[in-house]
Amino acid sequence: MKHTTRKVVGLSLVSLTGLAAFVMVAMLALILLDVVRGGWSHLSWQFLSQAPTDGMMGGGIFPALFGTAALTLLMTLAVMPVGVLTAVYLHEYAPPSSILARVVRVAVANLAGVPSIVFGLFGLGFFILFVGKGLDHALGYEELHWAQPGILWASLTLAVLTLPVVIVSTEEALRAVPQEQRTASLALGATQSQTLARVVLPGALPGILTGAVLAISRGAGEVAPILFTGAAYFLPDLPTSLNSQFMHLGYHTYVLATQSPDVEATRPLLYATVLVLLLLTFALNLVAVLIRTRTRRKAAAGH
Amino acid sequence: MPLSSATPRNKMEARELTLRYGSKVAIKQVSLAIPEHKVTALIGPSGCGKSTFLRSLNRMNDLIPGASHDGMVFLDGRSIHDRALDVVDLRRRVGMVFQKSNPFPKSIFENVAYGLRVGGLKDKTKLAARVEKSLRGAALWDEVKDRLEESALGLSGGQQQRLCIARALAVEPEVLLMDEPASALDPIATAKIEELIHELKATYTIAIVTHNMQQAARVSDRTAFFYMGELVECGATEQIFTNPHEKRTEDYVTGKFG
Amino acid sequence: MAATHTDKAFEQDLRNLREKLLAMGAKVETLIAQSTKALTDRDSSLAEQVVGADREVNRLEVDIDDLCRRILALRQPAASDLRLITTALKIVTDLERIGDLAVNIAERAMDLNQVPPLAPYYVDTPKLAELAQQQVKKALDAFVSGDAAKAEDVLKGDDLLDALFLKIFNELLAYMMEDSRNIRRATALMFIAKHLERIGDHALNVAEMVIYMVRGKDVRHPRSRDLE
Repeated sequence: MKHTTRKVVGLSLVSLTGLAAFVMVAMLALILLDVVRGGWSHLSWQFLSQAPTDGMMGGGIFPALFGTAALTLLMTLAVMPVGVLTAVYLHEYAPPSSILARVVRVAVANLAGVPSIVFGLFGLGFFILFVGKGLDHALGYEELHWAQPGILWASLTLAVLTLPVVIVSTEEALRAVPQEQRTASLALGATQSQTLARVVLPGALPGILTGAVLAISRGAGEVAPILFTGAAYFLPDLPTSLNSQFMHLGYHTYVLATQSPDVEATRPLLYATVLVLLLLTFALNLVAVLIRTRTRRKAAAGH
Repeated sequence: MPLSSATPRNKMEARELTLRYGSKVAIKQVSLAIPEHKVTALIGPSGCGKSTFLRSLNRMNDLIPGASHDGMVFLDGRSIHDRALDVVDLRRRVGMVFQKSNPFPKSIFENVAYGLRVGGLKDKTKLAARVEKSLRGAALWDEVKDRLEESALGLSGGQQQRLCIARALAVEPEVLLMDEPASALDPIATAKIEELIHELKATYTIAIVTHNMQQAARVSDRTAFFYMGELVECGATEQIFTNPHEKRTEDYVTGKFG
Repeated sequence: MAATHTDKAFEQDLRNLREKLLAMGAKVETLIAQSTKALTDRDSSLAEQVVGADREVNRLEVDIDDLCRRILALRQPAASDLRLITTALKIVTDLERIGDLAVNIAERAMDLNQVPPLAPYYVDTPKLAELAQQQVKKALDAFVSGDAAKAEDVLKGDDLLDALFLKIFNELLAYMMEDSRNIRRATALMFIAKHLERIGDHALNVAEMVIYMVRGKDVRHPRSRDLE
């Protein structure tokens, strides 16, 4: 190839890739600009702390905010132990030839590819109609108690959805702990469980926490899985027990956008809600970054 | 040359030890004694089985999937594969220092205290005393005494390796296995480690794997030459380096490899 | 040795060392022959050549010492290589001493050539010289070929040398008792015979070192070892 041709090819590649990157940034900027411009003026303390009024044409989004937070918290409590333990089994205990480990890995990979609406249907079918009904029957409830949509079932459905994220990132974090440190610990007469508790898990903590926050930000934004399993269209009261229904920011956005009798009047509310949802997700991502850098620094400082 | 007064007791002894990884034989029919309060060097080309042999002495090979063995290894005359002997106890009695210094991402103090803590020692005064003693034993105390709470990862390579030795000493083992402990260090740090080995042999029994023949010659009392998974020759270090009996040993120590 | 060193430069160094030692050995052998010839042929100019040639032997000694030190410092030789180097360091001293002794013989020969010869004095001295020269040659051959058996021959051959020296000694003693005017010449001859006997001893040293080099077993001073 001639020198000039090479130069032209090189230059065009640079500009092509640069352009792609620019388009990417521009799209994000446009979305952000539009959301902030439309929603900023409506954002206020009242908006955040009040329930919707006037058939959702006025008031705030507090129940949705609270519902989202409660849902995410419950989901985290459910997904972290199961996910971390699974990853620990896969990476630390399962022999390399283990068929069970291979089956679990395939299952995890496939679980990650399932559309989220399927999770919603699964939650309805498994948690509500199977587990819930069974519970009602076993506990002797006459009317529907557990066999109806509620925050517990919604959070467990989300937990199933986010399980692959936690397992994969935890396994990655465990892999990042140098093998030499495990060997050193064992050579000092530590048992395998002591090694796990004192060396491996502390070393993997930043990665595990990152996985947790990734799962949370994924779970907080999902709407489809909770449609049939617990999210309420409109419910000014906060959920009081695990089988209560609840409002959710994502679902609320959907409702405002599609179900409003007066689209023009709801638009500022809609923008503000989307803005809050975006801010929440960004905040969670920020927390992830902070936790990661802090635990890393601590690990490096040796505490 | 004058012989030392009495033949030393064998602290450890392998008898016809064969080790396999799956179907691959890593060492075959090795019979070798590790005399007490002596430094025994294991030399040989890469893949000759010397590290495998070293790791079999405190059953670190058990951790490798598919590893199996025939033959016996004795510690003070008792088989280390005895069901009544806990492998955790074995590793406390037979400590190990690795090629790559591998301190935990913890403070200097916590690194040395690690083996004691997992062993159940909680008393703070006792912990502090043992940590100091071990650091002194590893000739590191003066360099780190004012920064015990700082991360071990901030130490130089040579200091990290001595920290790893201190960490191994803290559990007060009887035997110390060293797997190329100075291969990643500069000559000064290496010299310090070698001097340390000289001092340690009064208290411990040491077996060291090294690629560096001069190092084996400098630090060891006895040298064992491994080749292709077999023990070719074992004898007084001086004899191996001035007058080996086996042709393969001769070719190896004089630098004639095919 | 079938296998060669993986490091070719090291192999070359060792070959150099062997060749230099061989050259030095050949040189001192010639000096022994020439100094004896200077005596029997009453050839003082040949004797002067011997005295001059000693400088070359000394230069070779320094060269070989340097080479050995360099190999020790740079290659850290072990086993047979180590034994070769230490042997070379020791036998080079013996060879240099043999050269010196040849010079001494040449100097005595020059003295003797100033005066009329003492009857049939050289009948046995040349034979002694030949024996000594053979011993040196044999020892060096043993070194070069790494042949311990040949080196052991040298150990045995020394007795022959000693016996012949004793015979010459007694003969010269008889000359001196016969006529006191013979004393000066007979003493000079006795020195020459003694020098040749000493050359034999140095050849013996070389042979002992060769046996150590080949077998890794020290055969010197067997009795002093028993004391330990």
